[in-house]
Amino acid sequence: MTAGTERKPLTGAFRADGAAPTLGEYRKAGGYEGLRRALKEMKPGEVTKEVLASGLRGRGGAGFPTGKKWSFMPMGEKARHPKYYTCNADEMEPGSFKDRVLMEGNPHLLIEGMAIASYALEASTAVIFLRWAYHAARKRLERAIAEAYDGNFLGENIMGTDFSLRLHVHSSAGRYMCGEEATMMTALEGRRPFPRAKPPHLSVCGLWGKSTVNNNVETICNVPHIVKNGAAWYKGLSRTKEGGTKLYTMAGRVQRPGAWELPMGTTMRELLEEHAGGMREGYRFRAAIPGGASTEFVLKGHLDTKMDFDSMPESGSRLGTGTVVVLDDRTCPIGTTWSLMDFFSRESCGWCTPCREGLPWIARILEAIERGEGEPGDMDILREHCRDLGSGRTFCFLAPGAMEPLRSALRYFEDDFMRHIREKRCTYGRAGL
Amino acid sequence: MLTEEEKEEIRKSLKDVVHKREAVSDALKVVQRHRGWISGELPEVAEMLGMSPAEVDSIATFYSLIFRRPVGKHVILLCDSFCCWIMGYREVFEHLSTRLGVGFGETTEDGQFTLLPVCCIGACGVAPAMMVDEELYGDLTPEKIDSILEDYK
Ligand code: SF4
Repeated sequence: MTAGTERKPLTGAFRADGAAPTLGEYRKAGGYEGLRRALKEMKPGEVTKEVLASGLRGRGGAGFPTGKKWSFMPMGEKARHPKYYTCNADEMEPGSFKDRVLMEGNPHLLIEGMAIASYALEASTAVIFLRWAYHAARKRLERAIAEAYDGNFLGENIMGTDFSLRLHVHSSAGRYMCGEEATMMTALEGRRPFPRAKPPHLSVCGLWGKSTVNNNVETICNVPHIVKNGAAWYKGLSRTKEGGTKLYTMAGRVQRPGAWELPMGTTMRELLEEHAGGMREGYRFRAAIPGGASTEFVLKGHLDTKMDFDSMPESGSRLGTGTVVVLDDRTCPIGTTWSLMDFFSRESCGWCTPCREGLPWIARILEAIERGEGEPGDMDILREHCRDLGSGRTFCFLAPGAMEPLRSALRYFEDDFMRHIREKRCTYGRAGL
Repeated sequence: MLTEEEKEEIRKSLKDVVHKREAVSDALKVVQRHRGWISGELPEVAEMLGMSPAEVDSIATFYSLIFRRPVGKHVILLCDSFCCWIMGYREVFEHLSTRLGVGFGETTEDGQFTLLPVCCIGACGVAPAMMVDEELYGDLTPEKIDSILEDYK
């Protein structure tokens, strides 16, 4: 373990010049030691136990315990083979760019994590489902994969053991829906990517009808260090009960937008004041979306909430992806909400009526209000939609997820909505001026 | 008719996959790389992958980055998701649109550029952002846009 990765397992081995470490550099920083330990010293079940004990929770937004997810995989000789392991690298949640940072900064870390996870799950094929726009990440991953095959960290009889693994990148063609894990399986099978009914769970009937486990990029990048250094060390990195560090990002009108690996449970105030350097000259903090487009707005009074999965609900929102976008006091919150809803309405797959018809309706109303053509009854229609597109009313989480920011916008920015409707104009200057 | 070169590239994308049809989006992207958009090649692609043309069509019409209408020599994808919106998306859009003389979904008269909206390209730290072909540009201002467009003339 090098000093860099001791406190910052995800980003500690990043090169200062932004290039991806080569295989040699990665190994010098302790790379592939976790894989060695897993293959040579541990049984698959023991790896899963270690990950469970570490308290690692899925970093794709939902926060489900990773070890628990792995434990659903049928194991041993009675299990049906082959089994598959997939990595969700289809980061398309507006506001999120953390997985790109990880894949570009250290592709071998992801590959090693996938090899260890595949060993733990007895998977023989692993696929990285990559978002179309990440051209730089694709090139770096492909180079790293070739190096890993050459170094016998992938391929047949890895490190002289019985374990063999094929790994490849599938690059998508641009649809937010594919980030939902069952939909991703459908996309990988070359079918029109609609979500699938569950059960059966993916661990029973996933990719090509075979047992499959899927994890997010950041989640997987934690695995090599957990295996190498143990669950207790990993827990110690955090400020709260939830293990490890988190790759937080902050964007908006702050001094230094960026990404930082910090102990899990860091507050948003610290992100804003210490890491992002506070607000830009002439702008004040108004609100923030803490974890990607499908989380509720939080306000100033919530800045001291610890940012982990269990604590964030105190702020009325969720940790989600931990990628914060700040809304300042000079940008119109109605326009911002319109932009959010317009995105969701465009990305609806059209499968269920409330989502297909409701989201465009919401977007049209918000556009009208922003343009000064809103009606007093609009607020009621929007509130009704929050209920009608809520949890359990649609096939997948896209529509209910979209209602989270809308619901909080209606609550927190009610005065702004009413002023737009009353004065028949946007009461802000143009966004960004 | 697919050219030999296109067929060869599609065959190459079959190298790693578990079943041929996994490569359908890759195959469409191969054709698109050569021709700009997908027109009459669906049945041939379908045959190479053991799929029906209708199935390939249902995929080609689902993904936003598979084009079913002609596009210009360069495709500009302007991010309009909320982070870019907060950071001045409207000003950027208006400038781009005036400069090119086209709105979203349109191609300039000289066939150089097609302007399309896109959701979050993972560049929120340098918003507002856009992509031209495979190149990412952040911290956009009207001046910066002018100089980027010059480079593609
Ligand atoms: S909620 Fe929307 S995106 Fe999800 S299945 Fe229904 S229509 Fe498709």
